[in-house]
Amino acid sequence: MTDLTSLTIAAARDQLAKKEFTALELTEAHLAAMDKAKDLNAFIVTTPEIARERAKAADARLQSGKAGALEGIPLGIKDLFCTEGVQTTAASHILEGFKPPYESTVSQKLRDAGSVMLGKLNLDEFAMGSSNMTSYFGKVKSPWKAKGRSDDLVPGGSSGGSAASVSACLAMGATGTDTGGSIRQPAAFCGIVGVKPTYGRCSRWGIVAFASSLDQAGPMTRTVRDAAIMLKVMCGHDPKDSTSAPLSVPDFEAVLKQGVKGLRIGIPKEYRPDGLNAEVAALWDQGIQWLRDAGATTIDISLPHTKSALPTYYIVAPAEASSNLARYDGVRFGQRVEGKTLDEMYAKTRAAGFGTEVKRRILIGTYVLSAGYYDAYYLKAQKVRALIARDFNEAFEKCDAILTPTAPTAAFGLNDKQDDPVAMYLNDVFTVPASLAGIPGASVPAGLNKDGLPLGLQVLTKRWDEETMFRVCQVLEDAAQFPLLKGAR
Amino acid sequence: MSLDKATVRRIATLARIEVPDADLEATAAQLSGILSWIEQLSEVDTSNVAPMSGGIDMESISTKPRWREDKVTDGGQTEKVLANAPDPQDGGFFGVPKVVE
Repeated sequence: MTDLTSLTIAAARDQLAKKEFTALELTEAHLAAMDKAKDLNAFIVTTPEIARERAKAADARLQSGKAGALEGIPLGIKDLFCTEGVQTTAASHILEGFKPPYESTVSQKLRDAGSVMLGKLNLDEFAMGSSNMTSYFGKVKSPWKAKGRSDDLVPGGSSGGSAASVSACLAMGATGTDTGGSIRQPAAFCGIVGVKPTYGRCSRWGIVAFASSLDQAGPMTRTVRDAAIMLKVMCGHDPKDSTSAPLSVPDFEAVLKQGVKGLRIGIPKEYRPDGLNAEVAALWDQGIQWLRDAGATTIDISLPHTKSALPTYYIVAPAEASSNLARYDGVRFGQRVEGKTLDEMYAKTRAAGFGTEVKRRILIGTYVLSAGYYDAYYLKAQKVRALIARDFNEAFEKCDAILTPTAPTAAFGLNDKQDDPVAMYLNDVFTVPASLAGIPGASVPAGLNKDGLPLGLQVLTKRWDEETMFRVCQVLEDAAQFPLLKGAR
Repeated sequence: MSLDKATVRRIATLARIEVPDADLEATAAQLSGILSWIEQLSEVDTSNVAPMSGGIDMESISTKPRWREDKVTDGGQTEKVLANAPDPQDGGFFGVPKVVE
């Protein structure tokens, strides 16, 4: 029997339908793989009892011909999604022990489609980071190693546990969230597919909020088809999130075979700064050639405000975070440190409960929103954000999709010195602009660098046009023949 | 923009995060580093640009936030609401340090 954990979601779905194995067998194979890979620290909490119970229920529905779109498929859930009765921490000490009495809309949809939750995946604390090094529950290791070396690498972040678990075949797919690149960058670092849909596609209800105008949930999988299958289940209108779009959900899987013949692919010159990593630049050129070979035309475009995207993000996101994280006050949920007065209790609770990076961003956010500085920082950033969105609108009058690298480098060392916050922020230089504009973006694993580490290419399209994004991604995946870990395909 | 220790103390008070005196200087230096990097935005000409205040680009808006019907859809779950509280009180209250003398 082949190793069940190396199957794609699409293959497992078809073989479950043909009764070639049971959902319980598929789940047991993943639970065993998770046990063997504990040193990756990909999960904060594993939920084997829930997994077995849901797998058995899935088998019953498969028997009776009532299978959902993800019936019996074992998935990991990023620990930013509230899960009923199961600890949800956002990888922060301040939420340690918090068991939500409700389920997030996205994870509920995945449950309703028959999928099996394996556990809650590690992340950067409150999704603030690009390395998964800020988790209170410890760093996550990438399952990848550089050729001939044994030192550990970061999986990227913030959805680092999601990327590591899917790449290492501990889960067939995982949920991620992306605020400035938190799905796409770890997907690139771990050699998997990560999709951030249009802002408003997925409901944010029940997801621990970081920056509400940027946060979006999305799938992380080993293939483009699997991402299309998962996203269809995850998105759709939800009256509980006022920014959720009342649009019908396209059948993303149905468009995958349409190819890119006749599509116009924009290549933005601002994404090729002086000093761009030569291997990243070469892979980008390769990607351009793949799309041309498949019948697309490429055109040079300009997104003039690209350079301003990161500083804009580092005003908007901390400002929203400082407001969103005001709720962690030691009164209604989570940890409390006692104080003589109410204010002292708040200040001590938050000092002890939040990690260094989270505190830094709350302080920056508080400052840029404070009296006398609001116009100079926050209002200014909102105006630059409008210009960044306008750049994309104008570009999409000339092209149907945009191709760029996902990240400026491959994964870096888990123990590399990280004492400059701004240097870490630069990881997201290619992903943040799309987040600010609210447009969809996906990362596809496209090749290995000379050290044998994954590099990703990013595909961006206009708002609500995930279908074109998936078509381009599928062509890139077919051309790249990327070597997934464990021989998965 | 360079922040001094007094400013950091003031922001920390606003944010309700205790920062020990010994850490004020290092925190001020780090925040100043980030802020001086952010300052580059002042070079961008934003005259006559309307601020984008949400995830939806107002210039090409394809969906507008909608009002939902103003009716009660949930409630009566005191036990669940208090289940995660550090200091739940009988009768359905959150316990906090004494506020009124």
